[in-house]
Amino acid sequence: MHTIKHQKARSLYPTFDRKAPGADVSHYCPGCGHGTVHNLIAEAIDDLGIQDRTIFCSPVGCSVFAYYYFDVGNIQCAHGRAPAVASAIRRTHEEAIVISYQGDGDLAGIGMSQIVHAANRGENITVFFINNAIYGMTGGQMAPTTILGQNTVTTPAGRLAANEGFPVGVAEIINSLQAPVFVERVSLAGPVKVMKARMAIRKALRNQVEKKGFSLVEILSPCPVNWKMTAVESRRWLENNLEPVFPVGNLRDLPKGPFDQVDKKKARISDRKILEILGVGEEEVHTGTVRLKEEQNFKIAGFGGQGVLSTGILLANCAIAEGLKTTWLPSYGAEMRGGTANASINISHETIGSPIVSFPNALMVMNLPSLDAFEDTVRPGGAIYVNSSLAPRKVRREDVTAYHIPASDIANDLGGIQCASVILLTVYALVSGAITIETLQKVIPLAIKRKNLVDLNMRAIEVGIAWHRENCPKEEKTTEV
Amino acid sequence: MGQHLMKGNEAVIYGALLGGATHYFGYPITPASEIAHAAADLFPRCGKHFLQAECEVSSISMLYGAAAAGARVITGSSGPGLSLMAEGLSYLSGSELPSVVVDVQRAGPGLGYIWPEQSDYNFIVHGAGHGSHSGVVLAPNSAQEMCDFAYKAFELAERYRCTVFILSDAYIGQIMEPVELPRQIQTNPHKDWALYGDEGSRHNLLSSIYLKLEELEGHNLHLQAKYKRMETEIVDFEEVLTDDAEYLFVAYGISSRICHSAVGELRKKGVKAGMLRPKTLFPFPSVRLRQLAGQVKKMIVAELSNGQMVRDVLLAVQGVVPVDLYNWMGGRIPSTEEIVLRLQKDLAAG
Ligand SMILES: Cc1ncc(C[n+]2csc(CCOP(=O)(O)OP(=O)(O)O)c2C)c(N)n1
Ligand code: SF4
Repeated sequence: MHTIKHQKARSLYPTFDRKAPGADVSHYCPGCGHGTVHNLIAEAIDDLGIQDRTIFCSPVGCSVFAYYYFDVGNIQCAHGRAPAVASAIRRTHEEAIVISYQGDGDLAGIGMSQIVHAANRGENITVFFINNAIYGMTGGQMAPTTILGQNTVTTPAGRLAANEGFPVGVAEIINSLQAPVFVERVSLAGPVKVMKARMAIRKALRNQVEKKGFSLVEILSPCPVNWKMTAVESRRWLENNLEPVFPVGNLRDLPKGPFDQVDKKKARISDRKILEILGVGEEEVHTGTVRLKEEQNFKIAGFGGQGVLSTGILLANCAIAEGLKTTWLPSYGAEMRGGTANASINISHETIGSPIVSFPNALMVMNLPSLDAFEDTVRPGGAIYVNSSLAPRKVRREDVTAYHIPASDIANDLGGIQCASVILLTVYALVSGAITIETLQKVIPLAIKRKNLVDLNMRAIEVGIAWHRENCPKEEKTTEV
Repeated sequence: MGQHLMKGNEAVIYGALLGGATHYFGYPITPASEIAHAAADLFPRCGKHFLQAECEVSSISMLYGAAAAGARVITGSSGPGLSLMAEGLSYLSGSELPSVVVDVQRAGPGLGYIWPEQSDYNFIVHGAGHGSHSGVVLAPNSAQEMCDFAYKAFELAERYRCTVFILSDAYIGQIMEPVELPRQIQTNPHKDWALYGDEGSRHNLLSSIYLKLEELEGHNLHLQAKYKRMETEIVDFEEVLTDDAEYLFVAYGISSRICHSAVGELRKKGVKAGMLRPKTLFPFPSVRLRQLAGQVKKMIVAELSNGQMVRDVLLAVQGVVPVDLYNWMGGRIPSTEEIVLRLQKDLAAG
């Protein structure tokens, strides 16, 4: 069984030059099942006329060198990962015929996750699973499919359920999933059974050609060398010992998959359309060119849900519209304090170095914990904008300017507590001059998708302006308001 | 020119798509998840492919498969995910398959936490996974560079047939900044070595196994020669006030942003500070550092780890100049002021 040179399959190389120039004998041991299966697969490839389209994913195991033999596209995969590799190839070339060929250590041991998930996705690929109940390549260690009592070099006293668990039934596991279309277990124990295997292999490949979905053929296969038997003995042992544990037969053969194999590669979308989707070359809202009195190191803090992060983004967007440089960084990890969310926003004419605002010159606090947490960090001469509805105490610092605005109450009266932060932001805009009201009014409709919220926020700007007019003296002084 | 306010993690996907990316495979992990979110939204809309894999072992294997099939493929993850990818990264190097891997570094070891660190440096820069291998390692320090580096990563990956890492961190991933998007979409060229499932590519073989000692040795020498070539061809860095600098910060990613501010503050105080920021960590700007070693009085490597990049700096300067390490771990981030004070204190102490 080990010489596959006599087979006339066109999809096998006439000589195995990748093994050695002119080589005509395979690297498999006499009596090994791999060679038989190679022939059956090659014949099926020939008959289906898919040689050019086939990409063969070889595993780690004795069949790692399948590319010596198959005159098709070849890729050698990491141990157990062939189903993931095959899935990606499938999703790159819709017309390719993708084969994942794997041993029992490869598929049912190290690669159990990859096979189950590829099967579960119903990848339109074909898996040939060689179950020889042992690790061939590495010298006869226990496989997940080693049967109870079987001696291997790592179960010298025989596999014991209590220590190593039971042999894994791969066909049954795959058959428990919804997506596969074809699952069959076959055996190489004799010529009649080999003919059955031949049919199953063909079917599993034809399914892929017809884009039906995931097919797996488990092939009970002899490993005379590691079973320490002759080729003849090993076929008998296979029949008498493996077949009772792994019953042969078809477990599933659906006329079509449970879902249409949609063209996983989407219809081609033109570059122009992609640029449009990504917003490349979109018009910019450029309102004016603000001259900053000083670089703004702004921090906004409050409860989650008070729009702290989004108000920060709004401010950053306004800064961009003003032609300024800006950064926005959410409260994150070690920066988080007192259960509050906060964001750092820098606004500058210059390239901004550190995006982290440790010592703000403008602080906006939406609640008391935030005021408590950050009041002391404000730089002397800076400003604190307090939502006094939820932070009822006065700012204690005397070297900063404080604005106590009952923003949540005003927002509530306006019909939406969410706009409290925009009221504060409006006052900040007017006091700092870092962004203009005009810009705020232009950016809000772009930043907020829901029309009624846009209206609410536009009204919030108006009340912010009114509050500023009534409460802030014309010339700013560093006194508390 | 239109500027888009976006997170670094989003910018990397915009850059990738404009750079001709065709496939994204990945598994969610904070602080890199926005990469997957942006990809899940934008790849399908742009007619490209997105799939959430069952784990990082699978996602990197999918990169292997798609790259072999000629795709322009990218994934994003963070430390724990990168550890799982080690196997696939080694295979990608062995089979010389081009792909792009974004690592948004978080604090480790183990599960650690989602705070920023730069502690994957050794792992990524000095060969993630077994064997003597590497990839180009780009180190963005802004949302703009997240976009720009992803944009150019595929071309680099294909030029050298290697992995291109974008070694970012939790802050550079989470930061929002105005990003100017490239105006042209790159095309994914046909690759002679790839598997297209057609007659023309039928004889192609992608593999990393070499049975003969001489062949495997030759393969290794070939890989190393390729890495060596990168040093003269693509090493990239930014210099800040190095002309007359006496005290040179060496930092990348978020650390370089803070050092940049510190340099400004120190200059105001009359300290001649400067900075060299590697934009490529592999290849490393050793030659330029060696030159600067002859000029400055001291180098200060600032990084969020136990001191990983500092070893490459020490190797580059060969003892010509003293090298200090300012480092933070566990997610702690220094303020500009802390760095300024520390250097002033060190200078006062002589
Ligand atoms: C990650 C990893 N672990 C272990 C190995 C060693 N290894 C090579 S083949 C193999 C077992 C292969 O057995 P099986 O899949 O049953 O294939 P067979 O050789 O029997 O055809 C092992 C454990 C490896 N190559 N990679
Ligand atoms: S060790 Fe077993 S599986 Fe491997 S080639 Fe020999 S007989 Fe076949």
